[in-house]
Amino acid sequence: MKITLKVWRQQNGKTPGEFKTYQLNDVSEDMSFLEMFDILNDDLVRKQDEPVAFDHDCREGICGMCSMYINGRAHGPMTGTTTCQLHMRHFKDGDTIVVEPWRATAFPIIKDLMVDRSAFDRVIQAGGFVSVNTGNAVDANSVPIPKQDADKAFDAAACIGCGACVATCKNASAMLFVSAKVSQLALLPQGQPERHIRVKKMVEIMDAEGFGNCTNTGACEVECPKEISLENIARMNRDYLVANIAD
Amino acid sequence: MNYWYCLKCLYFRSVFYEPDGCLCVYNLVMILLQRDLQRTPSVATFAHLTNSLKHMSTVSTGLFRSSLGRKYLMALSGLFLCTFLIVHLIGNLQLFAGDGGQAFNVYSYFMTHNPLIKIVAYVNYAFILLHVFDGLYLTMQNRKARPQGYAKVDQSKSSTWSSRNMGILGTLILVFLIVHMRTFWFEMKFGNMPVISYDGDPIQYKDMYVVVVEAFEQAWYSALYVISMFALAFHLYHGFQSGFQSIGLNHHRYTPTIKSVGTFLFGILIPALFAAMPIFFYIKSL
Ligand code: SF4
Ligand code: FES
Repeated sequence: MKITLKVWRQQNGKTPGEFKTYQLNDVSEDMSFLEMFDILNDDLVRKQDEPVAFDHDCREGICGMCSMYINGRAHGPMTGTTTCQLHMRHFKDGDTIVVEPWRATAFPIIKDLMVDRSAFDRVIQAGGFVSVNTGNAVDANSVPIPKQDADKAFDAAACIGCGACVATCKNASAMLFVSAKVSQLALLPQGQPERHIRVKKMVEIMDAEGFGNCTNTGACEVECPKEISLENIARMNRDYLVANIAD
Repeated sequence: MNYWYCLKCLYFRSVFYEPDGCLCVYNLVMILLQRDLQRTPSVATFAHLTNSLKHMSTVSTGLFRSSLGRKYLMALSGLFLCTFLIVHLIGNLQLFAGDGGQAFNVYSYFMTHNPLIKIVAYVNYAFILLHVFDGLYLTMQNRKARPQGYAKVDQSKSSTWSSRNMGILGTLILVFLIVHMRTFWFEMKFGNMPVISYDGDPIQYKDMYVVVVEAFEQAWYSALYVISMFALAFHLYHGFQSGFQSIGLNHHRYTPTIKSVGTFLFGILIPALFAAMPIFFYIKSL
């Protein structure tokens, strides 16, 4: 396949960036999107050019590093996928593909397509600890958890912190991410003692980091590679209200 | 043994998971009352309520200073305005009564003279202002959250058009409201209106009906109305169901119903009936 890439190049957060166009003549449709970037970088290095900086780690859809805004959509045209799991067969021979970094005040650009997502870490830190009994390991069945609750908590915990929800949101809001982190504990018995204080603190840091406000467009749910549900956002809205009323 | 059936909100819950009981309205009220009773053993005082409201809106971590709190205000004011719209529509449908405007004029008189209605009207204006300014504030914050936009954006596959254009739609509705208030509300209050009286009724009624009919006979005015009702339709198509989500009401059993009410009642029927009024009187005048 022949592919034309328009890639955002930016030296660092302080200098302005611009699009550079690259021509790739020999792209296999079995390649992943990142493998195509490997080929591009290989070319650039051979030509003594600077390779495109982009984040990646696991390349199997579980680490959430591979942030790329492809043709106007977070992680490209497929839903429920990360960039590393996006394959070139979903594009046509001769296509021009525009690749940009996540754009949000809370995610400053480090270089080219790399952004700093540590705002997410600070939100998680704000959530604090979970009360657990120390001492001997407790019997696995001593805390019974209904199947549907366990499933919901697990679905929320599937969030990999990729930031696609922020990137795709027209308001750069982090509600889907934060609500997933709130819900995974709010749904389990271990999360109850700090349930109210946790949601309050996480929302406080979310606001302080400069994420936008949710307008319920629902774009995050569609673009999230882990298909985290909007129900989590509602749960957080509810918990935050209760937490503020109750204490 | 894990589940119990909450007789208050008629829903299955596990006590274990929800230390405060379930998060239903009943329990929220009970939590509030209990706290107040602990603090002031007699009765929950009004001063206490205003104090906590003050705390919520002035302390930097207070409820109404947070993004979520501001969304609650957006949702609650919006949903209040939705109910107002229904009342307004039912009243105005009397324009079609075919009695030369008697029912409508009596109704207008009632709406401007009943003290209870007057209070509700001022609450209504306050909510409109709250909705406008809160929306403006949130939009400005959202701009700041992404100062540099994308070169290429394709959001049509992930969200609806109306959900992405609430601000523009809202602005159109606001412009309409200003024109609307000037022609009708202002005239009714301060204008020099013709009066009319009906048999066996000592009251002199302002002839609002004539004012309405004359306004709708102008093509541009009726056109503005119809266009604005489209804006209203799209605004409410997203806004009504979005309000529920913002205050945390999302439930697999009830949300589909809320969404269809938002679509068919607020997105189609109500705006269509409002739009029918100018269209009817304009065509009649031809
Ligand atoms: S909620 Fe989804 S899109 Fe957002 S960070 Fe988690 S996995 Fe990524
Ligand atoms: S590289 Fe780990 S999810 Fe894509």
